[in-house]
Amino acid sequence: MAQSTTGAVMVVGGGIAGIQASLDLAESGYKVYIVENESAIGGKMAQLDKTFPTNDCSMCIISPKLVEAGRHLNIELLTMTEVQQVDGNAGNFTVTLREKPRFIDLDKCTACGECAKVCPVEIPNLFDMGLRAKKAAYKLYPQAMPGAYAIEKKGTAPCKASCPAHVSVQGWIALMNQERYEEAIALFKQDHPFPGICGRVCHHPCEGVCTRSQLDEPLSIMALHRYLADLDVKSANPFVPQKKAPKNRKIAIIGSGPAGLTCAYFLAIDGYDVTVFEKHDVLGGMLTLGIPEYRLPRDTIAAEIQTIRDLGVTFKTGVDIGKDVTIGQLRDQGFKAFFMGIGSQECKSLGIEGEDFEGVVPGMDFLRRVNLGEQVDLGDRVAVIGGGNVAMDAVRTALRCGSSKPFIIYRRSEAEMPANAEEIAECRDEGIEIMTLTNPVRVLEENGTVTGIECIKMALGEPDESGRRRPEPIEGSEFTIELDTLVPAIGQESDWACLTDECACSLSDWGTMNVDPVTLQTDDKDIFAGGDAVTGPATVVEAIEAGKQAAVSIGRFLQGEDLKKDRANRYEAVTDVPIEGHTSIPRSKMRHAAVGKRVKNFKEVQLGYGQKLAGREAARCLACGLCSECYRCEEACLAGAVDHQLQAREKTIDVGAIILAPGFAPYDPTLYEPYSYASHPNVVTSLEFERMLSASGPYAGHLIRPSDHQEPKKIAWLQCVGSRDINHCDNGYCSSVCCMYANKQAVIAKEHAGNGLDATIFFMDMRTFGKEFDKYNLRAEDDHGVRFVRSRVHSVYPDKEDKLRIVYATEGGNSVEERFDMVVLSVGLTAHPAAVDLAKKLDVDLNVHGFAQTSSLAPVKTSQEGIFVCGAFQEPKDIPHSVMEASAAAAYATEGLSDSRWTLTMDIDLPPENDFSGRAPRIGVFVCNCGINIGGVADVPAVRDYAATLPGVVHVEDNLFTCSQDNQVNIKAVIAEKNINRVVVASCSPRTHEPLFQETIREAGLNRYLFEMANIRDQNTWVHMNNPEKATQKAKDLVRMAVAKAAHIEPLYQVSVPITKSALVVGGGIAGMEAALGVADQGCQVHLVERSDLLGGNARRLRATWQDEPLAPWLEQVVDRVQSHPKIAVHRNTQVKSSKGSLGNFSTALTHESGKDVQVLHGVTILATGGKEHRPDEYLYGKHPDVMTHLDFDDALNRGDEKLEKAKSAVFIQCVGSRNADRPYCSKTCCTHSLKAALALKRINPRSRIYILYRDVRAYGFREQLYQHARESGIIFIRYDVEHRPSVAMKGDSTLLLTVNDHVLQRPIRIKPDLLILAAGIVARDNHSLFEKFKVPVNAEGFLVEAHAKLRPVDFASEGIFLAGLAHYPKPLEESIAQARAAASRAMTVLSKDALMVGGVVASVETGRCAACLTCVRTCPYGIPSVDEHSHAVIDPSQCHGCGACAAECPGKAITLMHFTDQQLIAKTDALFAEV
Amino acid sequence: MPAAFDPQIIAFCCKYCAYAAGDLAGSMRLNYPPSVKVVQVPCSGRVDTIHLLRAIERGADAVYVAG
Repeated sequence: MAQSTTGAVMVVGGGIAGIQASLDLAESGYKVYIVENESAIGGKMAQLDKTFPTNDCSMCIISPKLVEAGRHLNIELLTMTEVQQVDGNAGNFTVTLREKPRFIDLDKCTACGECAKVCPVEIPNLFDMGLRAKKAAYKLYPQAMPGAYAIEKKGTAPCKASCPAHVSVQGWIALMNQERYEEAIALFKQDHPFPGICGRVCHHPCEGVCTRSQLDEPLSIMALHRYLADLDVKSANPFVPQKKAPKNRKIAIIGSGPAGLTCAYFLAIDGYDVTVFEKHDVLGGMLTLGIPEYRLPRDTIAAEIQTIRDLGVTFKTGVDIGKDVTIGQLRDQGFKAFFMGIGSQECKSLGIEGEDFEGVVPGMDFLRRVNLGEQVDLGDRVAVIGGGNVAMDAVRTALRCGSSKPFIIYRRSEAEMPANAEEIAECRDEGIEIMTLTNPVRVLEENGTVTGIECIKMALGEPDESGRRRPEPIEGSEFTIELDTLVPAIGQESDWACLTDECACSLSDWGTMNVDPVTLQTDDKDIFAGGDAVTGPATVVEAIEAGKQAAVSIGRFLQGEDLKKDRANRYEAVTDVPIEGHTSIPRSKMRHAAVGKRVKNFKEVQLGYGQKLAGREAARCLACGLCSECYRCEEACLAGAVDHQLQAREKTIDVGAIILAPGFAPYDPTLYEPYSYASHPNVVTSLEFERMLSASGPYAGHLIRPSDHQEPKKIAWLQCVGSRDINHCDNGYCSSVCCMYANKQAVIAKEHAGNGLDATIFFMDMRTFGKEFDKYNLRAEDDHGVRFVRSRVHSVYPDKEDKLRIVYATEGGNSVEERFDMVVLSVGLTAHPAAVDLAKKLDVDLNVHGFAQTSSLAPVKTSQEGIFVCGAFQEPKDIPHSVMEASAAAAYATEGLSDSRWTLTMDIDLPPENDFSGRAPRIGVFVCNCGINIGGVADVPAVRDYAATLPGVVHVEDNLFTCSQDNQVNIKAVIAEKNINRVVVASCSPRTHEPLFQETIREAGLNRYLFEMANIRDQNTWVHMNNPEKATQKAKDLVRMAVAKAAHIEPLYQVSVPITKSALVVGGGIAGMEAALGVADQGCQVHLVERSDLLGGNARRLRATWQDEPLAPWLEQVVDRVQSHPKIAVHRNTQVKSSKGSLGNFSTALTHESGKDVQVLHGVTILATGGKEHRPDEYLYGKHPDVMTHLDFDDALNRGDEKLEKAKSAVFIQCVGSRNADRPYCSKTCCTHSLKAALALKRINPRSRIYILYRDVRAYGFREQLYQHARESGIIFIRYDVEHRPSVAMKGDSTLLLTVNDHVLQRPIRIKPDLLILAAGIVARDNHSLFEKFKVPVNAEGFLVEAHAKLRPVDFASEGIFLAGLAHYPKPLEESIAQARAAASRAMTVLSKDALMVGGVVASVETGRCAACLTCVRTCPYGIPSVDEHSHAVIDPSQCHGCGACAAECPGKAITLMHFTDQQLIAKTDALFAEV
Repeated sequence: MPAAFDPQIIAFCCKYCAYAAGDLAGSMRLNYPPSVKVVQVPCSGRVDTIHLLRAIERGADAVYVAG
């Protein structure tokens, strides 16, 4: 049959559910893509401290799974990725993904953390729930997979985006905030050579867009870089950029203004020979000739030009190009390119009558003369015409030159003046009048000398093309002003005398040079131009950017590269910067020289910030882009992994099925005002508390309260925050996990704090319904002294000493007040908004709460074919249940894909292994510097040289990164060249890197076990960084130990054992049948064994699921499918006689009731032997016909028993046979069933009085809805406690008389029920002898014990045997189905393969030394060793877990654990203490 | 005891937990004396009395098993 499906599955969400589903899928022959939004997988479980009910460290147990998923050949981790669109149908989907830029190359990053070390930006660490900061260059958490760092970059800050030169403003401010001034100035000068000049005269568009202005005032960015520049100039070694290698190409720059100087600066850095030609005798162009000294001191200009001189640029002043020398002559002299930055310094005329008279002095001429040192006397009354900076400069210069009444005439209003607002203000401060809305009409004269000017008043009309309102004269408003001098300053133009005939350049109608707008190339290929000469009069920073862009173009031009490639402006400012939570801080005011003093001289007016003010101002930065683009990380990363230019990418993948495992969002109690969460630091959420408890968390596991870091003495947990609540939020469901995690947190908190801690949990119902949960709850109360108060707390009030006051009502109705040091809000699980969006995109139905809608009969199938769901997005649930569903989802997902199994998976072709047997060790040692992580602390060359002296070592070398891809090639070459037969790598941890190096040496033909690692980073230089000498010595010790062991290591070989591709399923109930179908539908043979003659088990007596799906028709269909399935052999009336064998190859004998035996061969075993309803021996059960159990009730309902119709009153008693001393567990299903049954009775007879006598209503998850309906429909709930259980007596012959203590009335009440329904629990079947045949363990209550309560809920410790259904623990139907499907998935990870590789690091028995003492049999935690018929211990290598406990215990030393032999371990210790 | 006493300690650590904890100490840059040397074992159950005694005999001041 032609393949019709795609053999790949996409799993959305990299939490524990997503990981489990992926591992199952990949092991069963499918390519898996894990799509995860975060930078690493791990999800919420990675954030937890401990897990209930075993108190295992959450990270410790998830970490191996992370590594397994991360390293799996057929699992591709797509982190920082979102699903955009899904097309196609089940079997063949095409998914469009969007991968956000990580800015760090996953393949190159070695997780050394240098980027984070140099990163100046601190942002809240959301993995730690914001309880501490992280750097913008970060790793999600220390054990994150992938281990690569990422950069949190929201985008470019508005300041940088708006700056024409795109200086990384946020970057140098961040560096400044850390007092890293030298780095700050270097960063600035990476894009802009004049921080001091622009710090004084820039028009600062950056400040105009500063986000801070939305909060208070923009940052004084300009004053800050002025501070930096001044600091740099004053320092002993002012910053000079590093020059690249000389390129020996000559470039001429015409004009030494900001454009020319900038172009010279960048070209000199690039290694070119640059000569700047300047017409005047001084350098600086407009900076020197136009801007007066009181605004821009000459030593500031000189200092910044000096840097350019230091870069080797030649300056030639007094050279008038076109006159003294022409471009053509320069070409002949060897100049290969030209930049024209001649500015525009010639004043435009006013165009009015009388401009040629004596006493009309153009503004630029005036400024130039004064700036060149000439004494210019303009007389007293000086009118400066214009509103730009030249006008302002001219008028203030006139004041300083002695004019008593200089003033401004401007034709528009002040709002339209192009001059800087600061300068206009300073003008006014100096007493200068600004006449606005006035226009000169005619110059008045007497004998050819100016005497005055006639003006006209103007009014503003409609806006013109510049966007400013057009001034229009008011007729008849003419007036005259007496004058000594008139200074027109309305604009400038360029003098193009330098353009001789040799130049093919052309000019525009406005007299500016025509250039390509991107490359600034003129019509003459080797001539480039920029600045005012191209744009007309503009700003300094625009000229600077032009100079910079021209330098890029000239460089490319000379290198023969494409001038235009990738030069589009890529800066887009971030817009959605949150400003909430920041307090208003006004902008720091700069000191100015006193007006009285300053108008008499040319000393600088603005005096700059001191350190304190600068620091205060810099600290106001809101860090809009998160990452500041300071590029320190790029420099610090020796692996070259950082790339700030990365862009978001689209990617499409083809998959056959989709599994949604996007998890949940913890409820945010910020809006829950009465709980003071947002306003009080000592009110924390449960997830915050997890991080506080965690050893790798913000407080390193030390339990302290956030406000003052004091140890709390009294902590309260408030349950049901954001759950079971339709007042503060819409979450009418139960989050299922909070009761248990609160129990666990209280216990762990007490362990942290000692017994002095008062831990109190305020709750409504204690819903500890899972396996071993009730016992945990009892231990919390009895052994650990956790206090439980049944009360829902209304408010939490802040109190003195950072305490919190809680007022609550006791059950008796009394009000009690208590003070706590801390309050933990047990927040519920809500549907993740991103998951909801995703579901909508995929057209997957959601329930009213926003979770994926599923049926109880197909619990992980969504409404869309081919799309499945698992974990908390299906319903709030705990980890084991999520893991179970994950496997179930994998099973369902691959059901339709069996034709494409193994079609998209990869396999590695390996060369044959070389045989080194009998040869002496030839050891190669590779010592890693890990950038500077090792080499920066320990003396790596010394360690390398030392290694060369060790016995057996024939090759040593050190590498920058031993793990880099090119070095793997190198290692292989060295192995071949030097005939190396043992490899030692001294670098990081074998936990993360051993498999990589093992793969490398295997590819070189070495057995993968001929490898040893010395951990000289994680366990040496990282922990001894303050002691380089000792770290070097320890590195040598560790290398010596590794080499010593390497000399003794031997190749190990795995052998391939074929797998019997069939499964044995024991138990013909729902779980057994679902498991059987799961396996059989994937094409493997199944033997289903049922001891009775009927399939269906307990489900035969159940009426409907809790969601009211009727069971009978569905059950019939399932039984039919099983019976008619070609791959399922049903063995009815049959029991297991014996079973032997191991993973992949079991052999089981079955006995039919007729006595006939059958031998079945199978690769895996699934035990689904079920449970049964408890038979009560109390409450007159069996003695009175109206007392019934749940199953009796369903029977009665099914047959339409009129008893139910007639009953005027009915009582349900909960926890009959559960949660008592004999059976200290919750049966999980009974509360739901009672609610359902009570509602059914109400429907039959709405007038009936129905009571439910309960201990805790455990209507978990969405079953809470039933509880709500029950209350709404008038069902009466009476709580009893275990010491005061209800009593039932018979009055007369038939009347039932029930007495119970009412918890509200606090007195006994009597009911005469017509029906008494006992919520009898679920008990294990007595299957001890059956379980012994499979050597699987049971707990005290007779339920099977899984391999791990949290992460292996369907596996046994013995490989190849799985479990499902009630035999594991009481559970509702939907969970049994999920677990059964999960068992099928786990089974398929074995049955999908043809063979099993056996051996490696396993124990082996030297039979000659074995005394059959059974020590190994008793020691092995997995029960693997046995004693064979020859009285020798046998350890099956396919079963052995390689722990070596047997080897340590064997008194005869008959057992050896390969790769960890006594000889090898002793060689290591001996080497440590050897004389060196 | 003289102040300069720097006990040589060899630590046998289970690769699943204690050895991982040792790596975590590295990630978190937590200092401990350089005289502690860790030997990875597949399980603390693998450690035999002979490994401990041999180390003491050869000069270890203390032996540490963690798992």
